[in-house]
Amino acid sequence: MKTESGRRHLLGIGELSAEEIAHVLDTAESFREISRREIKKVPALRGRTIINLFFEPSTRTRTSFEIAGKRLSADTINISSSASSVAKGETLLDTARNLEAMSPDFIVIRHPSAGAPHALARICRAAVINAGDGAHEHPTQALLDAMTIRQHKGGIEGLEVAILGDILHSRVARSNAHLLTKLGARVRLAGPGTLAPPEFASLVEGGGLKIADRVEEAIEGADVVMVLRIQRERQDAAFFPSLREYAVHYGLNRKRLDAAKADAIVMHPGPMNRGIEIASDVADGTRSLILDQVANGLAVRMAVLYLLDGGSLLGQREVETAKPHPAVAETPDAGSRTDDAAAQTRLPLGGELEPVAAGRAEPETAAPPRRFRAHRPKTSRAVATQDDGHGMTDD
Amino acid sequence: MRLLIANGYLIDPTQGVNGGKDLFIEDGRVAGLLARGEGVPESAEVFDATGLVVAPGFIDLHTHLREPGQEYKETIETGASAAIAGGWTSVCAMPNTDPVNDNPAVTRFVIEQAEAAGLANVFPVGAITKNSEGRELAEMGEMKRAGVVAVSDDGRSVPSAGVMRRAMEYARGFDLTVVDHCEDRTLAGGGVMHEGSWSLRLGLRGSPALAEELDALRDCALAQLTGARLHLAHVSTRGALEAVRRAKERGLAVTCEVAPHHFTLSDEAVRDYDTNTKMCPPLRSLEHIEAILDALRDGTIDAIATDHAPHHADEKALEYDHAPNGITGLETAVGLAFDRLVHEGVVNLERLVELCSVNPAKIFSLADRGTLRPGARGDVTILDPDLEWTFDASRSKSKSRNTPFDGWTMRGAAVATVVGGRLVYRRAEESLATSY
Repeated sequence: MKTESGRRHLLGIGELSAEEIAHVLDTAESFREISRREIKKVPALRGRTIINLFFEPSTRTRTSFEIAGKRLSADTINISSSASSVAKGETLLDTARNLEAMSPDFIVIRHPSAGAPHALARICRAAVINAGDGAHEHPTQALLDAMTIRQHKGGIEGLEVAILGDILHSRVARSNAHLLTKLGARVRLAGPGTLAPPEFASLVEGGGLKIADRVEEAIEGADVVMVLRIQRERQDAAFFPSLREYAVHYGLNRKRLDAAKADAIVMHPGPMNRGIEIASDVADGTRSLILDQVANGLAVRMAVLYLLDGGSLLGQREVETAKPHPAVAETPDAGSRTDDAAAQTRLPLGGELEPVAAGRAEPETAAPPRRFRAHRPKTSRAVATQDDGHGMTDD
Repeated sequence: MRLLIANGYLIDPTQGVNGGKDLFIEDGRVAGLLARGEGVPESAEVFDATGLVVAPGFIDLHTHLREPGQEYKETIETGASAAIAGGWTSVCAMPNTDPVNDNPAVTRFVIEQAEAAGLANVFPVGAITKNSEGRELAEMGEMKRAGVVAVSDDGRSVPSAGVMRRAMEYARGFDLTVVDHCEDRTLAGGGVMHEGSWSLRLGLRGSPALAEELDALRDCALAQLTGARLHLAHVSTRGALEAVRRAKERGLAVTCEVAPHHFTLSDEAVRDYDTNTKMCPPLRSLEHIEAILDALRDGTIDAIATDHAPHHADEKALEYDHAPNGITGLETAVGLAFDRLVHEGVVNLERLVELCSVNPAKIFSLADRGTLRPGARGDVTILDPDLEWTFDASRSKSKSRNTPFDGWTMRGAAVATVVGGRLVYRRAEESLATSY
């Protein structure tokens, strides 16, 4: 069921409200814990089918979506452009219609053309998640970036964020510009004149987005320095003379980073071109959160899948804020057990919040009765305990 | 054959007529304007135009009929059928068919197909260069003899200034107007929409307004050098309009047209990636729409042309990057012009008739058209300025449905079309009932 403010698809950050974004991030926080368990699986999406439809090469994002789906007990199928019928000349919409005939619940799509997920969303009953469309948006990347920043800075509001590199072709820059300004950060973009058009500032209203003339200017006093990948595959014309020159004039190195705040953090969406847009010592330095980003990506994607399954990124299912996330309430930590029977929440589909039975985990899970607790009672809002309202998203 | 269009309000700027007159057509030509109630000439068929405006037949300077070669998108017959349903008595068929109309054989084929269809007048436009490749001049003289009314490499510009100069010099000898689609492709850079805040937001490759402006400036300079008659097709930018304005001030034989979608929709319409908002030149930002409206007011723009560009639904169902450029326009152009220009006070009815009939006839030297003087061709467009109607693309006469205006309600329409003294189209009676 789609509720009034519900969102069936995740196509971009541009159309999300700050409230929706915050709710996804809060939910993602509570999902992080699942990946730390011995049995990294909850039955939240048992019986759901997720198709990862990737028309562009991707390791990180595709794997992350696949693992996210699997940890929620969904069946995940990966289709990459080389393996699909695309090579045989089938159109995107025909491919989508054929997949749709197999009744998937989610289609996660990455495509080199901006707007491809929107075209799918128009014809699919499945929830469509944009995993990157051309130079348009990459919403889950921005969400995981925000989650990472929040963890290290305590929040987004008031932060100064520098985004460096190929702004023009970057869907990561667009999604982040939307998200960070919606949550109250000030974003400064910088790159070669060919890749950082001044008009880009019009992307968001309210003046939260600025184009700096020089990389140094953008970094000056920044809380967060985000480096974009040089997307050589998207450049059929030369936007700068050489990689060598790029590295010298626009790459993030130690010296440039010194202009940022002393506790500034460094991020990169990956895959990195070491020695080009980012020096190795910076990428591997103590301020670098690049691997945190990857870990958070998993939690964000689990949260997005979970929330969209309920028909809304706003968590319409929530009943009481004190309740834990049913999907994450299980914990092996005996010290935090509570006797509150009400906390013994049930999954949307009626499944007990036990880890999915796996052979070697059996003895542990069979022992004392499981109790549930809120993982992060202050930030994580509980979601529904009722059994209804979680059917397939009907059109 | 005699036809009396009676009780209408006749507008013919070429005769300074703007009032109640009956129009008498005999044997395909205008026999005369009669005072109302002068009586019905013997054995004449009568069209009662009470409450309607009677104008010289509208002429579309820019139509893609797709035949030969792409009959799955449109044929000359279906295109002509859409034309008369939209109030156009004549259409000028662009040469970017397959094969390209760059030789008299194709020109004659187009004319023969149009005659066989017997609906609208079809005037072929020949290519400027062979296969419209921008290198060698096409046989303009032979095509002119076969019936072309102008030359154009439409769909692309002639990239080389040197070739364009020769083309203008050569065309002048045959009194052919050279029509250019202004687009510097090195600047356009494969853009699929107007370059601006929307292209940046949507992550679509933008084509800057300057790509059109620069070519327009070049062409105007070449028109000065060569003395040729130059017509700029589907002008969409402030800069190109300014180039035309200055050329006119210098007294050059430069004219231009605008397509209805360019004054109706802005680049914001692309926001949902509907490929029916993709055309070339692209939908522009609001400042350019303002400039177009100004240029319609001050006379810089000479004509309204549809740039009717039918494409099959399968082609438009591709990703935005890959969908072909163009939308249909024959059946919506007059409605949009009324709705957005006449009723908004941008132009008056008389000027609308100039834009759609009088000036197009002059630009391509179409003798005895664009006027209702005695002896002129009996081509008449009958308009209902206040008819409220909704365009239903599924009932379009065109073979294609690629329009962003499906379901749009407009005020003002062409309700009947007379070609060569023959009533070839009349809107369903029920819709006429609402006329004033």
